[in-house]
Amino acid sequence: MDFYFVFVFVIASLLGFELINKVPPTLHTPLMSGSNAISGITLVGALLCAETGEGFFAQSLAFLAIVFAMINVVGGYMVTDRMLASFKKKEKQS
Amino acid sequence: MIYLYLLATVLFVVGIKKLTSVKTCRQGNRISELAMLVSVVTTALVMTNISWPIVIAGLIVGGAVGAVIAKRTPTTQMPEMVAALNGFGGFSSALVAMAFLLIDERLKGEASLWSTGVANAVSTPATVVIGMVTLTGSFVAYFKLSGKKLVHPFAGSQRHMVHGALGLGCIALGAWMVMTGSHTQMTVSTVLLALVAAVLGALLVMPIGGADMPVVVSLLNSYSGVAGAAAGFVIQNPLLIVVGALVGTSGLILTQIMCKAMNRSLSNVLLGGMGEETVAKDAKDYKSIKSAGPEEIAMLLDGASSVVFVPGYGLAVAQAQHIVRELADLLTKRGANVRYAIHPVAGRMPGHMNVLLAESDVPYEQLWEMDKINGDFKNTDVVIVVGANDVVNPAAREATGPIAGMPILDVDQARTVVVIKRSLAPGYAGIKNPLFELENTLMVFLDAKEALEGIVKEVKDLK
Repeated sequence: MDFYFVFVFVIASLLGFELINKVPPTLHTPLMSGSNAISGITLVGALLCAETGEGFFAQSLAFLAIVFAMINVVGGYMVTDRMLASFKKKEKQS
Repeated sequence: MIYLYLLATVLFVVGIKKLTSVKTCRQGNRISELAMLVSVVTTALVMTNISWPIVIAGLIVGGAVGAVIAKRTPTTQMPEMVAALNGFGGFSSALVAMAFLLIDERLKGEASLWSTGVANAVSTPATVVIGMVTLTGSFVAYFKLSGKKLVHPFAGSQRHMVHGALGLGCIALGAWMVMTGSHTQMTVSTVLLALVAAVLGALLVMPIGGADMPVVVSLLNSYSGVAGAAAGFVIQNPLLIVVGALVGTSGLILTQIMCKAMNRSLSNVLLGGMGEETVAKDAKDYKSIKSAGPEEIAMLLDGASSVVFVPGYGLAVAQAQHIVRELADLLTKRGANVRYAIHPVAGRMPGHMNVLLAESDVPYEQLWEMDKINGDFKNTDVVIVVGANDVVNPAAREATGPIAGMPILDVDQARTVVVIKRSLAPGYAGIKNPLFELENTLMVFLDAKEALEGIVKEVKDLK
């Protein structure tokens, strides 16, 4: 199992290196903001920790993890969307 | 269910890819939102003993806070907001690793982390360290970007030693945490590890100069991806591993692209360079400054057939993006060729100016990148620098100095340079700008919005 995870990790890292090579400066900030929102994927991990039948301490940690990951996800996507919304308007005009 | 995770992964990849092109970026963000939704819903469905009260309460509280933050943030403060949000993400990963220590079946009894396999033994302390460093580092970046001064408590040469000692402390605590079979000791070592990593994160970012902060935020963004991937190893979830790794490495590439735009290497940024040490005094350092008012600038513009605006952070602070467009439109109507010169790192983050000017519907063709417009400044009648400083500082052409080698906009080659700036205070790099003393430079000591409004009014009054 461990080998499989390491394998997936390495391949995904390589894909990440190749994924973005040319980015117009216009999109540096939105791209950073967008991938910041994606790093909120840890929300999935937080959810998996929120199991029934665990102690109070474990459940509190899980709750906090969900809250902070959710702030990251929702805030991140909305801020990115606001930035990109201004580009959209312009396209319609031209 | 693994197929739904696969679907989400593919959507994330497509989403990131589409974010790198102006035409498809909005769609890209939507796709990545959808991917996140698929991930969350799938996870909730596969869990057999999910605690709904905790999940629902957490989603609502976090979602509401995130939405309020995103809605309330003005365009000017977006860079620091991204830093803060990023810190929360890193913290969440650290919390996941800590929570899982308490719920991992394999750790019940006297088992140590080491006995659960190398991958878990390495990734658990790593998640805590990277997550906490991301949290405090991001918040130091947040405060620096919002203009607060944070001074490193240790002097220059001692810093590396202190950082090194804290790093060794992390390794020692991590080893203790992994080897111990006692639950009490595991809890104590984990909490200590989190605290030491938090201090380390804050101290690492503190000595980095304000102008380099965008690079730091981008790097910390990459870290929070790695923290997510590490958390994925802890809880044995392939989706977290894959997506975290994607963000981790693509963030690293973006960081490198930004460094290139500033002509600096990453190690140069991280290990010092422009720090607080180089702060210039103030106006007393300047001689032969010529200042002018809006009506003189209007008269100057009357005879100009080509005008270039150079926006900087001052434009963002003054919220002058709409009025600058009004002036540009006015001049275009009078027959002038109007363009905007966008330095790759103008503002507090690469692309900051593009976002701001797009907000006021500036036509895309009028935005010129540095490399394309630099050769053209000698044929330009008037350059209006609106609240920019370091990106037009000719000191960058000298062999030494804090910003030596940084590519700049060659505005000093234009016939006349108008600099709208509230004072002679130094820019982010904290150094004097010889441009202000040049023969062909006029200073307008006003807030960007006030100055432009004045110029617009005077231009309208011209016959």
